[in-house]
Amino acid sequence: MTVAQHALRPDPSGVLSAAPGVGYTKRPHVTIRGLSKRFDSAVIYDKFDLDIPRGELISVFGPNGCGKSTLINMIAGLIPVDAGEILFDGMRLDEIKFGYVFQNYREALFPWMRAFDNIAYPLKMMNVPAAERKARTEKLVAHLGVKIDLNLYPYKMSGGQQQLVSIMRALVVEPEILFLDEPFSALDYEMTLFMREQLQKLFIESGTTMVLVSHDLEEAVYLADRVLLLSRHPARVADFTVVRSPRPRTDTTLSDADFVQTKAHCLEVFQREVRRA
Amino acid sequence: MIARRLDVFLPLIGVAGLVAIWSGATALKLVDPVLLPSPASTFDAFWKGMDGGRLGFDFAKTVYRTMMATVIAAIIAIPLGIVLGASERVYRSLEFVIDFFRSTPASAMFPLFLVLFGVGDETKISVAAFGAILVILFNVAYGVMNARKTRLLAAKVMGASRLRVLFDVMLLESLPQTFVGLRNGVSLALVIIVVAEMFIGSQDGLGHSVFEAQQLFDMPRMYAAIFAAGALGYGLNLLFLLIERRFVHWSGK
Repeated sequence: MTVAQHALRPDPSGVLSAAPGVGYTKRPHVTIRGLSKRFDSAVIYDKFDLDIPRGELISVFGPNGCGKSTLINMIAGLIPVDAGEILFDGMRLDEIKFGYVFQNYREALFPWMRAFDNIAYPLKMMNVPAAERKARTEKLVAHLGVKIDLNLYPYKMSGGQQQLVSIMRALVVEPEILFLDEPFSALDYEMTLFMREQLQKLFIESGTTMVLVSHDLEEAVYLADRVLLLSRHPARVADFTVVRSPRPRTDTTLSDADFVQTKAHCLEVFQREVRRA
Repeated sequence: MIARRLDVFLPLIGVAGLVAIWSGATALKLVDPVLLPSPASTFDAFWKGMDGGRLGFDFAKTVYRTMMATVIAAIIAIPLGIVLGASERVYRSLEFVIDFFRSTPASAMFPLFLVLFGVGDETKISVAAFGAILVILFNVAYGVMNARKTRLLAAKVMGASRLRVLFDVMLLESLPQTFVGLRNGVSLALVIIVVAEMFIGSQDGLGHSVFEAQQLFDMPRMYAAIFAAGALGYGLNLLFLLIERRFVHWSGK
């Protein structure tokens, strides 16, 4: 999505949501009501309600097996819900454009296609003509300033490059909302740090609502406008912590008093929920 | 460095060793020379036979029958395997029948196929195709069924229809396993063809060549025909490996 297009969106203030207080007044993008889900005898969600604000990056964090990924998979329609309603500005999932980035990029990309064709594939599913697919993909690549050789097959690329290709594939349709399921947890630390910066840059430029599942608290807080802290299942919202640190965040953000305090608060909530077992 | 570069010649050591032992055994007359001719006379029979001789003709016949059987098997088994693999419930309902006939020695089917097709080429080719079909079918179906779940979900999440997922993802996902099936299928087809050429009123082919040489006690010619069959089996496997590497470049990556 270009900056100009973004300016035409109904709520361009989304990018500024890091400013204190602003987030509370906005219309929600996603509304979840009465969501229920069970796996065999385990009740993962029971009449779960949540509003996800527009144009914010939400990190989902919680104890192991509490249903972090299950939540975004249900929102993104990858697994069916037992009961409840999930609406996007009042619309159903099949009426909106969205992107999804898998943790396992190796299995999510198509190894028989070059990286460029992987990125353009969702446009093919939308019946966009070949010439326009190429133009739109090239535009996205230029806009993001990506400097990797997209004529390579994915298996010839490093893990970070492959995940970057996955993210571009999710962005090429200009989604209204982007889901990321532990996108960096299969990468080495150096690449993880680099990819966090890439994601933050993408978020600041596009203002797309993003929902990120993370198992690393520092990453969850660093990237988020709000951290959704879940309890053990059946999952409740333990806290929906606002992260006020201004963007763009950098290494120095990590030692800011405000950031440290927010992270400590999240850790406290998390540990309280872990002990509750 | 130099030692590393010479590593490509390592496989030749086994060949040289075998020929050396063979030469020694014949030179020292450790084995009855009628039963084991020298490497030189065997190679001579091989060369004369392949160079416009009878062996070359038999070789070509066997290649033709094996390839016909494999092609027919692939044409039938690949689409069928995709259909079966695409629905696990359909596959489960037919699994026993497929496994049963896959486990049945194809040679046990000769009499039946003789009744159906007579003593001509059709019988040999169809029995071999029957054996190869089940092997290829099984592998294709498994390739489709074992398509990476994440990849299928990724396609679904991007809005691909069921048919799209089948052609854009499952079909390509199954290709590496399909080639495993094709390699096993062509090997099995060759075995069945050679056996059929020996015993089902055949006038030509490598099987017939081996059998006839044995009947005439022409041992160099028999060994030459055996080596021709070995070379053919090895060559066919290699051919399919090369095709796989060319078209399924992502296999194993």
